[in-house]
Amino acid sequence: MEAVCAQIIPEDQDAGAVRAGVVHFMDTQLTRFYKPLQKTYRRGIAQIDQASLEVAGKPFAELPAAQQLAVLHHIESNPELKPFFDLLVAHTMQGFYGDPRHGGNRDRVSWKMVGLPYPPLRGRLRYDLTDPAKGERPWR
Amino acid sequence: MALKRVNAVIVGAGAGGGIVAKELAEAGLSVVLLERGKWYSPFDCRKDDLRNQRTSPLGQAFGPDDERNPRVLVEGAGHERMVRASGSGYHNNAACVGGGTFSYGAMAWRYLEKDFRMRSTYGRLPGSTLEDWPVSYQDLEPYYEKAEWEIGVSGDVSGDPFHAPRRRPLPMPPLPPNREQELLYPAAKRLGLHPFDIPMLRNSVPYNGRPACMRCRWCVGFACEVDAKCGTHNTVIPKALATKNCELRTECVVKEILTNEHGRVTGIAYFDAHDQLQQQDADIVVVSCGAIESARLLLNSKSRFFPDGLGNRHDWVGRNLQGHTYSGAFGLMPMDIYDDLGPGAGIAISDYNHGNPGLIGGAMLANEFIRLPYQFVSMIPPGLPRWGKAHKDFMRSAYRRAIAVQGPTQEMPVFDSRVQVDPVVKDHWGIPVARLSGDKHPHTIEISTVMAGKAEAWIKEAGAVQTWKKLPGPGLSAGQHQAGTCRMGDDPNTSVVNRYCQVHDVDNLFVIDASVHVTNGGFNPVLTIMAMAYRASDHLVKQWKGTRFA
Repeated sequence: MEAVCAQIIPEDQDAGAVRAGVVHFMDTQLTRFYKPLQKTYRRGIAQIDQASLEVAGKPFAELPAAQQLAVLHHIESNPELKPFFDLLVAHTMQGFYGDPRHGGNRDRVSWKMVGLPYPPLRGRLRYDLTDPAKGERPWR
Repeated sequence: MALKRVNAVIVGAGAGGGIVAKELAEAGLSVVLLERGKWYSPFDCRKDDLRNQRTSPLGQAFGPDDERNPRVLVEGAGHERMVRASGSGYHNNAACVGGGTFSYGAMAWRYLEKDFRMRSTYGRLPGSTLEDWPVSYQDLEPYYEKAEWEIGVSGDVSGDPFHAPRRRPLPMPPLPPNREQELLYPAAKRLGLHPFDIPMLRNSVPYNGRPACMRCRWCVGFACEVDAKCGTHNTVIPKALATKNCELRTECVVKEILTNEHGRVTGIAYFDAHDQLQQQDADIVVVSCGAIESARLLLNSKSRFFPDGLGNRHDWVGRNLQGHTYSGAFGLMPMDIYDDLGPGAGIAISDYNHGNPGLIGGAMLANEFIRLPYQFVSMIPPGLPRWGKAHKDFMRSAYRRAIAVQGPTQEMPVFDSRVQVDPVVKDHWGIPVARLSGDKHPHTIEISTVMAGKAEAWIKEAGAVQTWKKLPGPGLSAGQHQAGTCRMGDDPNTSVVNRYCQVHDVDNLFVIDASVHVTNGGFNPVLTIMAMAYRASDHLVKQWKGTRFA
């Protein structure tokens, strides 16, 4: 699981899916809102390993990164395996870019990465909202 | 067991129902207002980007819940599937006190004069039930004004030469612009367009005893943390309750409307919060559940007199389901422009609502609400991978440079886009669920595609170095802007309600929500729903004779 997530959002100068706790997000949600998807996950992970064995001769996690990518592209182009892979992409994005309260996005790494200030810088730092007529309107 | 009889029972405490409750209660009628959802407060703003009314991978924040409220969606080629409330294809609108107005983006548009006369302006369109409204803009104008002042609207439409005549300005000035608006305003001017400040049901100054917007990034889809958004939940519904003539009952799911042997409505049967079946007798029943659920309730109310459901003698209930086809464009500026000033949307043009060569109607175009990182994940240029290193690089470099403009294309109503009740699937209470089917009219797609081009030209002029379009896709359209299913008209053979929202063949039954919209304008519909609710209530109160309705 970690290996797949690490390819969907890889590590670089900023944390990737693994360091951001995406797998923790998935584990958490699979006991909550995504509980009905437990079976889908079990079957899907087995299918990914199966596809990996067929294409590259080894279980997915044991492959070098370049070969993992090739296997994922193979899976993405297989109409039978694509739905589960799409689900994984969606859940990885949720775990990485979503709110940390759900178990992912550890230390708000993705928000820091995209440059989203947290806690928010309120607009009132820039404008006097008590009197909008005085608000800055440089183009008027 | 029947509960104490009242003058009026209103089903649904949203944009329409909330207003009707207040108007009737203030006129002295005894009112019961039923709502299937809960009454949330500003403290329920959880700022949860994965669980809200706009983005719901982990569920809807303000209902309905997934477990008890399925629907059936029939897609192209007759393939049908059950859909959950938070899933795609459900066409949800919130289920709570205030309805959609509790968590909406709050744009407060008046439709234009031509929006009420689409058929006489543009003629017949094959494959569409495009028609004129039986009421005109002038009929609604005083009620638009009432909605703007009672519920509270900020903005400034004086820069818009296309707006319809109005007697009073808006009660509140607009919020100061964010960076995106500062770029888009002069760009529109250079293109010869007419930009102006979007009217919004949001306090820009303290109003109605509530504070001004604090400009956070969690707006559309969320409860307002400081209660600066104006919905029916914090304006007219509290006023209705203050009259002591109105009782609000939450978590009540209406099963059917009851009729007697004279073909008149006598009340409703509903399941209360403990799933107990109750009967509420009333002189008048007002249905305000939103276009999908209102049609479902009428269709589920079958009797000897009305074997196909109430108001459905000519098979028009549930027909012409429509929403808005959103299209637009995204772009990347050469520099960071993200300034974290909510709500984000603030500037619009109405230049393309009408008068587009070869097209029927058009759309208002506006800059988009603040895009939270998870929402931005799918706003990628065509050709960019959905995952992997390239996607991450894009997110990192593009998020603060993004600019977006989009608009709601006025849809061409289609007779076969419709709500039915499913013959098999039932909800938690054993009530047959809504079954949605149909598609957009090809011309809707055509108009919407042109609008995307207009939006792209605007952001290019604003200085975007890379732009791409958000194009309309096929499939049924309804969603939060759902409308059209109980069409208003003068001819009982081709409509469901008359010009006062009264069902043609049942004089004490009313449908007061977007269901009655003949067409849905190229604008967000809520202010029109509110104005129509004021107008219908006004008429209803004038016709009210003591203890009965005549």
